[in-house]
Amino acid sequence: MPPPAFDTPLIFDTGQDGRANCYLPHGPQLQELLPVDLLRVDLPLPDNSELDVVRHFTRLSHKTYGIDTVFYPLGSCTMKYNPRINDAMANLPALRDLHPFAPDHAAQGALAIMWELERALASLFGMAAFSLNPAAGAHAELTALLIAKAYFAKRGESQRNVVIVPDTAHGTNPASAAMVGFRVVSLKSDGRGRVDPVALAAAAGPDTAVCMMTNPNTLGLFEDRIAEVSDVIHRAGALMYYDGANANALMGNTRPGDMGFDLMHLNLHKTFSIPHGGGGAGAGPVGVAAALVPFLPAPVVRAYEVDGSAAAADGWRDSAGLHFSLDFTAPDAIGTMRSFWSNFAHMVRALAYIYANGAEGLTVTSQLAVLNANYVRVGISDVVDIPYPEINRHEFVASAQGLKRDTGVRALDLGKALLDRGYHAPTVYFPLIVPECLMIEPTETESKETLDGFIAAFREIVAAARTDPESALGTPRTTPVGRIDETRAARQPDLRWKPAPPAGE
Amino acid sequence: MLQAVGVGSLEDLMRVPEGLALRSPVAVTPQLSESEIADRFAGFAARTTAGGYISFLGAGAYRHYIPPVVGALAMRGEFLTAYTPYQAEVSQGYLQATYEWQSYITLLTGLDVANASVYDGATALAEAVIMAVNASGRKAVLVSRAVHPNYRAVLRTYAEGLELAIDELPYRADGRTETISLDAALADQRYAAVIVQTPNIFGVIDPLTAAESGRAAANGTVVIGVVAEALSLAALATPASWGARICVGEAQSFGNAVAYGGPHVGFIAAGSEHLRRMPGRLVGKSVDTEGRPAYVLTLQAREQHIRREKATSNICTNQAHCALCATIYLAAMGKTGLRDCAALNIARTRELRDAVTAVEGFSARFAAPVFNEVAIRVPGRASDLLRALEERAILGGLDLGRFYPELDDTLLMTATELTTGADIARLAGALAEVETRAAARI
Repeated sequence: MPPPAFDTPLIFDTGQDGRANCYLPHGPQLQELLPVDLLRVDLPLPDNSELDVVRHFTRLSHKTYGIDTVFYPLGSCTMKYNPRINDAMANLPALRDLHPFAPDHAAQGALAIMWELERALASLFGMAAFSLNPAAGAHAELTALLIAKAYFAKRGESQRNVVIVPDTAHGTNPASAAMVGFRVVSLKSDGRGRVDPVALAAAAGPDTAVCMMTNPNTLGLFEDRIAEVSDVIHRAGALMYYDGANANALMGNTRPGDMGFDLMHLNLHKTFSIPHGGGGAGAGPVGVAAALVPFLPAPVVRAYEVDGSAAAADGWRDSAGLHFSLDFTAPDAIGTMRSFWSNFAHMVRALAYIYANGAEGLTVTSQLAVLNANYVRVGISDVVDIPYPEINRHEFVASAQGLKRDTGVRALDLGKALLDRGYHAPTVYFPLIVPECLMIEPTETESKETLDGFIAAFREIVAAARTDPESALGTPRTTPVGRIDETRAARQPDLRWKPAPPAGE
Repeated sequence: MLQAVGVGSLEDLMRVPEGLALRSPVAVTPQLSESEIADRFAGFAARTTAGGYISFLGAGAYRHYIPPVVGALAMRGEFLTAYTPYQAEVSQGYLQATYEWQSYITLLTGLDVANASVYDGATALAEAVIMAVNASGRKAVLVSRAVHPNYRAVLRTYAEGLELAIDELPYRADGRTETISLDAALADQRYAAVIVQTPNIFGVIDPLTAAESGRAAANGTVVIGVVAEALSLAALATPASWGARICVGEAQSFGNAVAYGGPHVGFIAAGSEHLRRMPGRLVGKSVDTEGRPAYVLTLQAREQHIRREKATSNICTNQAHCALCATIYLAAMGKTGLRDCAALNIARTRELRDAVTAVEGFSARFAAPVFNEVAIRVPGRASDLLRALEERAILGGLDLGRFYPELDDTLLMTATELTTGADIARLAGALAEVETRAAARI
């Protein structure tokens, strides 16, 4: 069902003086409290009644697709169901209202949550330790590269300033490398869509700092020569970095640590069911091998036994009976990455998700994610090109190049046509190496019925486009607006509401 | 489904090369039912004491009243479970809300443009410094020591990567930034930016003067204003009015919980001359094929997914949902509610200062006007006093000695509209009791 297409005026155009809500007692006038030269002249914001506010944002929500409303097969984004118990736990008053500067003894439960989550992630992904500090995946990449930089500086190898990135990598990888002053060398994928260890060996050398990869890669293919790749990089004296954006493909089944990765991040807002919230807040824990633990950002959660000795930190363990502190004093720490310790409310959500699944559930989660992706691939493989026709992992890429050649209908058009059918579009035009790319990731939480419905809709759209290209070219037609003039948006930027000039001007 | 895919079992589907199978079993918690999870987290909650204490903590994270309407709207599934609005036709609602957020931030700061949010106040500052460095090509910045210590720490971390020099301006005896040598420092045209925070870490209202900002601009230095308590923007002279050309800060106070440090929500506002160097997402208003008004992510050529290593920043995911909470909060509070709230914060902090300094041995450390925090000099070490207060179920504030060795006898105390007269009386009573006992021991 398309949402109602009513116009929603800006919140600035609906308010009126005299419609203020009574949330707080009236205070004194500002002018009675501070010298007037310290105060602002006016505050040009509207007063809206609460009903008008509720109706405004409820209507805006009707014009927004979420996982809660539609199937959302957006590749590389892991749009799985977000269980509501997670939010309820994050909203427990004792956790929600805990101040970051509260003393450790008043924050034991929060620190226990962080510690248990760190231990669970270490066990799942084969790392010695995790830091929950970074705010999102890209922030975690930056953190990890700063760790690598500090590690090499400490070893007297500051000449290592090259990051090798496969051409299938997420755009954040090269952007993060540039932020730490590293030079980016892009590595071409081989004919099988994977990194070729021989080509890599030619690129790696005494100036190589880090090789950043994801596995499965963004084509959805398992890098089956990853052990050789790691050997090449380690022989060159460099570090292997695992971009955890695709961790939902292997959680509980294989471990980046076992593949030879030395550093990694996770997007808790992908694999661990934290709501994406329209683009954040996310959370990007960084995991490291033992040699890199001293460089993790501050603060670090420390755990102690009842007798005050440091608690053993190998594998997961129940936090009962332990006590905790935040340590800001590690001498080799790269510093701190953000205002406060972590996106804590998301740590609560991620740990609740881990509790809801257990080891077995997390393992099955990845298996079903892979099964669902392969099922959709097979279901559409005779109507679009599948450039890498083999068992893929949690996502796969299709190409509309043949369709475009025959009919002029592009990947973009297929995505827009899906919107009319009540599906979110796949990721389009990424990865960059596949022309007219559609990247599809169904996730494990979708039923066979939902997948069958999507496959049928996709096939119908392609079939219709082959006989009548216009059926796809003008889409979407049932959404609150049609295709948007992006050139105008960029050439004549209108980025904010402005008050009308006073009358007479 | 396995048959359709052409494999015999899930194990076959997941098969990996020899040597990459799990070397040891995954060991995490046993699986729990939802009711058991609730019980488990009730246990974690019982081990924290957020509600059992009265608190005078602030310093960059503030407990304010959040009208229930904020959560009721923000937790709607369409908002909560949406991805970044790349498919604009089915994201008009979220895009409009983000356009409204950008509008609120420009109206509050007085600047021309604002982005869709960044991680938090500290990373907003680091991103602003990158903007200034890219604008000037200079590799040094000048930052007031009265800028939040955590923000300066993050700036130092980022500076390691960017290879930037950071010089500091001292603070004066009245708690404001010392600018007497500012003109001389800027004259050699070495600094990409000069950075002050208002209200600063001591709660003191601490802008540059418009004349100082003008001279900085004349030397090619970008004036960056930091606002760690966004509520102050509802009351104080706008950063634009005193000459900031980039204003960054923390908007957690607008409808977001303190949540042991996150997620919070950073903002970046700037003069239009900095638009193309702005990091992160921007929502613009345009039209659709039928000429109807429509919102869309725009100027994406700045961003990592297009520009890769040449992007203005690596930021991808930001704090959209926290910014949505802030937008709903601002809409519900309105100008009247925001002004009342700001005035209550100032008034309650004045009550707090008066009650505390009436206790023998306690005095205001700085004389300059404050917003909702006040630095109090205490008898003895602030850390000792805090422990004594904790025994009385009071979190008395932040020990400034933690960041400023010369201020180890000074507490930063915060009062918001949620601080009651009874809280203040209980604190003052406890201070008097602790000090009387200390005196008796001597």
